[in-house]
Amino acid sequence: MTGAAVGIAIAISVLLSAATYAAPLWQPAPFLTLGLYLDPLAAWFVLLLSTVVFAVTLAGIAYGRAYDHHGGSRLAALLNLFVASMLLVIEADGAFGFLLAWEAMAVTSYFLVTHERREPGVERAGFVYLAMTHLGTAFLTVAFLMLYAVAGAWDFASFHTAAKALDSTALDLIFLLSLVGFATKAGVVPLHVWLPLAHPVAPSHVSALMSGVMLKIGLYGLVRLIWTVLGGGPAWWGWLVLGLGLVSAVLGVLYALMEHDLKRLLAFHSVENVGIILIGLGASLVLAAGGHPAGSALALAAGLFHALNHALFKALLFLGAGAVQQATGTKDLESLGGLIHRMPGTAFLFLIGAAAISALPPLNGFASEWLTFQGLLLLGQSSRDGWHGVAAAVSAGLLALTGALAAACFVKAFGIAFLGLPRSEAAAHAPESPTMLRAGMGLLAASCVGAGLFPGVAVRLLVGVVGPEIPQRGPELLTAPGGLLAPLPLLIAMTLGAISVMAAARLLAGPASERRVPAWVCGFALQPEMSYGAMAFAEPIRLFFRAIVRPERVTEPEHTVSPFFPSRITTHASVRPVFERHLYGPVSHGFLRGATLARVIQGGNLRLYLSYVLGTLVALLVVATR
Amino acid sequence: MTPDFVGSALQICLVMALAPGLQGWIKRVKAAWQSRQGPPLLQSYADLWKLLHKETLLPSSTSWIFRATPWLVLGCMLTAAALVPLVSMQSPLRLGDVITLIGLLALARFAQALASIDTGSAFAGMGASREMAIAALVEPALLVTIFGLAVPIGSTNADAIAAAGLASGFGAVGPARMLALAALLVVAIAETGRLPVDNPDTHLELTMVHEGMLLEYSGRPLAALTLAAFIKQTVVLGLVAALLLPWGLDAPLPLALVVLALKLAGLGTLLACIESVTAKLRILRLPELMATAFALGTLSLVAHGVFGA
Repeated sequence: MTGAAVGIAIAISVLLSAATYAAPLWQPAPFLTLGLYLDPLAAWFVLLLSTVVFAVTLAGIAYGRAYDHHGGSRLAALLNLFVASMLLVIEADGAFGFLLAWEAMAVTSYFLVTHERREPGVERAGFVYLAMTHLGTAFLTVAFLMLYAVAGAWDFASFHTAAKALDSTALDLIFLLSLVGFATKAGVVPLHVWLPLAHPVAPSHVSALMSGVMLKIGLYGLVRLIWTVLGGGPAWWGWLVLGLGLVSAVLGVLYALMEHDLKRLLAFHSVENVGIILIGLGASLVLAAGGHPAGSALALAAGLFHALNHALFKALLFLGAGAVQQATGTKDLESLGGLIHRMPGTAFLFLIGAAAISALPPLNGFASEWLTFQGLLLLGQSSRDGWHGVAAAVSAGLLALTGALAAACFVKAFGIAFLGLPRSEAAAHAPESPTMLRAGMGLLAASCVGAGLFPGVAVRLLVGVVGPEIPQRGPELLTAPGGLLAPLPLLIAMTLGAISVMAAARLLAGPASERRVPAWVCGFALQPEMSYGAMAFAEPIRLFFRAIVRPERVTEPEHTVSPFFPSRITTHASVRPVFERHLYGPVSHGFLRGATLARVIQGGNLRLYLSYVLGTLVALLVVATR
Repeated sequence: MTPDFVGSALQICLVMALAPGLQGWIKRVKAAWQSRQGPPLLQSYADLWKLLHKETLLPSSTSWIFRATPWLVLGCMLTAAALVPLVSMQSPLRLGDVITLIGLLALARFAQALASIDTGSAFAGMGASREMAIAALVEPALLVTIFGLAVPIGSTNADAIAAAGLASGFGAVGPARMLALAALLVVAIAETGRLPVDNPDTHLELTMVHEGMLLEYSGRPLAALTLAAFIKQTVVLGLVAALLLPWGLDAPLPLALVVLALKLAGLGTLLACIESVTAKLRILRLPELMATAFALGTLSLVAHGVFGA
């Protein structure tokens, strides 16, 4: 925790001074230097990591207590290793150290995900996660090896020099390979399949770190490679990233709406928010390729600012989900309800996170989406023939769709879990979460409010990263031609307006009298079963977007007397997992079939295997001597 | 670029004073279509006055969210009223742009949907569910249209868009802006909860959306929410007028006030007429309507590229 506090301080000082620090630490072999390196870009991510880790550790003191008798110390040790490896990825100077830390991060997080390995589904989730993350690493390794082959050294500065000498085909290939590699870690559609499996089964403070920080490490890698190492590229790179971002954002939030497991819902929202970040990054690449450095800096700042914001509110929401799960023993929305009366503090903090992720003013999610919209506006202006304008407008429309659907989803998540009547005994008697857990959440909520009210301050820290082109003025967000967002005065105006009307009403009509009465449900007593549930809430959206989410429903009436009078109707509604079935299904079947074919040569006889070895040796010798 | 707080307060008071009157006017026009006399023009003021003096009933399961929401929603709408240039070339509260305004509307909607779920009643939950789903269709169409207007001039600021419209002379009635006007009108119908999207006159549970969310409110909070809905209607129509019918904004204040009243009454008449001659759409048909608005918004940008204005 002290480490995290130091991390925040160091990161802010580096960002303010915009300097770069490098320290070659260890040279295990003559061609290999493992060094540390801290430039403003790395510092921004160190700031993000340190803030979240500080709060999560605080909450983890209380949250980890539940694991005291099932491997609590193992959990704590792994958590520290995980944080350390993430920090090393950010600060690694050179591809070798980067990949080493990257793999350490993957392995420690695998063990964290599978911490409760006796629970059903955990082992499979862990396996899918491990398989996907290694797939990504394989792509990355190839990309780095291609650069190493030219550069002859592992550090990023040599890579940068080498990249200038490469022809465009090789650069395109490196870009695509690394995009696949980093997108797998960041959870970009269609490489997101591990994410909704792995995040829900991990302990909640681990999910908070994985979703809040680890996904951002993937994005950090992407920015580091494309911006620092390759130094930008042709416009189609940007369009590709922008397109991936839009697809991830819309699909992520749609799938989230179909979920009623609180943590799976949050996991799909991570897919969505990574998409929003990619929209900013993609716009920035296109603008840079078109020769608009100021616009490019603004869009990049929007993406990086949203990365920080997502880390803050997603960690907050995952901690809130953990608090709910700990208090009620379930994360199924359909058996929660009314928790605001039992857990007022947790509910309030969760609400702040919910409003922030729904991009509502004056919170931080709105500030960074506002900046993303401004980036898209500049993108729209950047071509003479006007088709950039159409592309930017459609992107803005889809970003607005994402925001509106996210708001709907969090009305559902917060409303069904915390408001109304409790839908189960456990929800009716839930205790308030421990003070330390609420303290951690409170810290994150305060950061969300702070970054929302003073977005200009956060964006000013980014000057060292994206360049001095972004316009600055005080605590407000500013874009070059007359665009201005001033959330704090806006909040003051709202409060003043509401209070003066309230006072005027009191002056005109005296103090109001109040009475508690039962809600009107056509004369019956209100039962929890009458309230709208999570599934019912999302039904209109499920129907509007049925062409995309492919809802499936099985209804089984049971009857005893006549089929016209069913005694009981069971309905199973689900969403067809399109990517799992149509993209990954054929691939994994193909691998299994290949494995079956390969079994033909495996007789299980030691002498047979020895003859294979001999045969291979002879064949190799023949090839080598020719 | 410093905000004009006195001007903002005056404009907010102006909108508060006009909003119930606009609602009364729309009701009169609808009554005329139905060959009725209709309620007096000032009936909405009397309704608000009556609600102000009524007792407040709070459903037993509700929390502070239900209590706080009416005032939050009203605060959002009052602030929104100062973000639109209504009677001058500059909106008095220079702290945001059209996207900020859309954000304020979204915040109000979010709070109201939560307050509905807070009651535990199924009608309110249904209203909230539909309101959020419809918003998910409306916001993309709105943003695309705003971008259609904003991209050519490089700013999402309502003042700048209005000024560009005034400066372009006859260009302001060119195909690009007319397409945008059509798109914005569809959006305005949805945002103000009018036919064919929502029926403001019904309490039939199968069709109501916005009224469903108000069902458990009474007394002073209901007055606040009703006033907020009136203000929202005025602000949305005022925004359409400022963005696409900007003539008269540069006139001296008394004349600008008359022009504003005429524009609002005209747009209100248009909405009332549309409402009188259309039937409510099935909720499943709404995506088609909103996709039309989205397409119109995109086409407006294409038209701008082709025709140049």
